[in-house]
Amino acid sequence: MTGPIIVFETLSKWYPLYQPVTAGLKRFLFGFPAAMRSLRLNRFEALRDVSFSVYSGETFGIIGLNGAGKSTTLGLIAGVLSPSRGSVKVTGRVSPLLELGSGFHQELTGAENIELNGVLMGLSRRQVAERLKSIIEFSELGDYMHQPIRTYSSGMLARLGFSIVAHLDPQILLIDEILAVGDLSFQKKCTQRLDHFKKKGVTMVFVSHAMEDVTGLCDRVMWIEDHTVRMIGPPQKVVEAYVGSIH
Amino acid sequence: MTVSNNVTRFAELALVLTKKEIKVRYKSYLLGYVWSVANPLAFATVFYVVFQVIMKIQIENYVLFLISGLFPWQWFSNSVNASPGTFLGNASLIKKIKFPRSTVVLAVVLQDAVHFVLSLPVVVVFLLVYGSSPALTWLWGVPILIFVQLLLTFGSALFLATVNLFFRDMERLVAVIMVFLFYFTPVLYSEKMIPEKFVGLLTLHPVAPLIISWRSLLLDGVVNIAYVETSLVHAAVILFIAYLVYHKLSWRFAEVL
Repeated sequence: MTGPIIVFETLSKWYPLYQPVTAGLKRFLFGFPAAMRSLRLNRFEALRDVSFSVYSGETFGIIGLNGAGKSTTLGLIAGVLSPSRGSVKVTGRVSPLLELGSGFHQELTGAENIELNGVLMGLSRRQVAERLKSIIEFSELGDYMHQPIRTYSSGMLARLGFSIVAHLDPQILLIDEILAVGDLSFQKKCTQRLDHFKKKGVTMVFVSHAMEDVTGLCDRVMWIEDHTVRMIGPPQKVVEAYVGSIH
Repeated sequence: MTVSNNVTRFAELALVLTKKEIKVRYKSYLLGYVWSVANPLAFATVFYVVFQVIMKIQIENYVLFLISGLFPWQWFSNSVNASPGTFLGNASLIKKIKFPRSTVVLAVVLQDAVHFVLSLPVVVVFLLVYGSSPALTWLWGVPILIFVQLLLTFGSALFLATVNLFFRDMERLVAVIMVFLFYFTPVLYSEKMIPEKFVGLLTLHPVAPLIISWRSLLLDGVVNIAYVETSLVHAAVILFIAYLVYHKLSWRFAEVL
C-alpha cells in the first residue's frame, strides 16, 4: 500500500470564459459570431503542465497565493472537474471536507443534515444511521442536534462538518482550509482525529495558508505559483522558499 | 463500483434529497399542506368567476372540471418553474462533491409529485360534493399517469436546469413559455371546444395529452389509452433529449458555476 494513489501527468486545465454564454441566451444569439469566437479563443488557464504524485498514506500539502490553482487541483482530485490536457488518476474513495456549511441546509436540524451530507459524501443510509450516535457524540452538540442549523454559530457548523467527515472512512481526504474555525478544544480534537487518520494510512491532501499547520501536518508540500508547480519537497524547505518569495 | 451499487446510490440520494425538500417545504410554512392546496383552489375560484359567472362558459360542474386539470398542471408547472434554479442553487455541492447531479432535479420533481398525491383527496371531496365518486379504474390509472407525468416533468426540468447553467436568462424565457403553455393546454376549456382544424395539433402538444388523460380519469373514470400513449411518447422523447444534453454538459457544471 505504498504506491502512488493520486497521479497528475502533465496536466493542464483551462476554462473557456463563459461570460458570453452566461450573460444569457438573448445576448448569445444577438452577438452570435462574436460570442462563438470569444468562446473559442478566450480561455482562462487554471493549471499548466502540472505533474505530481501523492503516495498512499501520505499527507500532502498544497500552498500558493490566492488564484494560483489550488482549488482547481482539489476539484480535479475530487473528480468534479476534468483535465483539458494530460491526465489525472485517483485510486480510492475521495472525501472532501467542505467549507463551512456548504452541503448543509439551513432549515434542517443537525441530525437531518448529517443524513443528507453523509449520503451525499457516499455513505449508504444504513451506514449513516449506524454512525449517527457516534457522530453526534463526537460533535458534542448534544441537544442542538434537533435544532435547525440556521441557529448554529460558525464554530458549531464546523464541528458538525468535521464530525461527519471524521466518520466517513475516507481513503483520500481533501481538506481546504477549514481547521481554523471552532474553539481550541475542538481544534485539538480535529488534529487528533487527523493524526488518527494518518496512522490508519489515510491519504490527505491539505490546502492551507496557515504555514505552521502545513509544516506540522504534511509529509511533503507542493507550491503552486502562476498556475504551475514551482516546487515540491519537504515541508520546511518549501514553506521557507514560499515565505521568502513573498517578503 | 458496480451497476447495482450505482443504482442503489442514485435511489438513496434521490430519496434523501426528496425528504429534504419535503421537510423544508413543510417547515418553512406553518401550514404547508393547506398552502399548497390553497394555491390551485384560489386559481380555480378566479377562473370560475371569470369564465363561468361572467363569460358563461358551457361546461357542467365547472369547478370540478377546473380542479381535475389544475392539480396535475400545478405539479408540472411548479417543477418546471423551479427547475432553472435547481443546479444553480446547489452550486456549492456541485463544485465540491462528485455525485449524480440529476438527483437534485429529480428530488424537486418527486417532492411536487408527493404534493400532487396528497392533493388527490381534495379532488375526491369535490367529486363527492358534485354527487360523483372515484372510479375503480383509479387503482391502476392513477399510478400509470403519475409515472408518465414523472417522466415528462423530470425530463423537462432536467433539460431546463442544465441549459440554465449556461444561458442564465432561461428562467425568464421559461416564465413566458409557461404562460403560453398554460393557455394553450385544455385546462380552462375542454378539448372538445377546440376548432376542428387545430385538434390535430394536440398530439404535438407536450402537456395537453397528459392533462386530457388526467381529466378523463378523474372525472369519468376512463383511462384514455390513445392520449396516455401519446403522452408517454412525449415524455420519453423529452427525457431522452434532456438526458443527452445533461450527459454532454454535466462534466462542465463545476466550471460554469
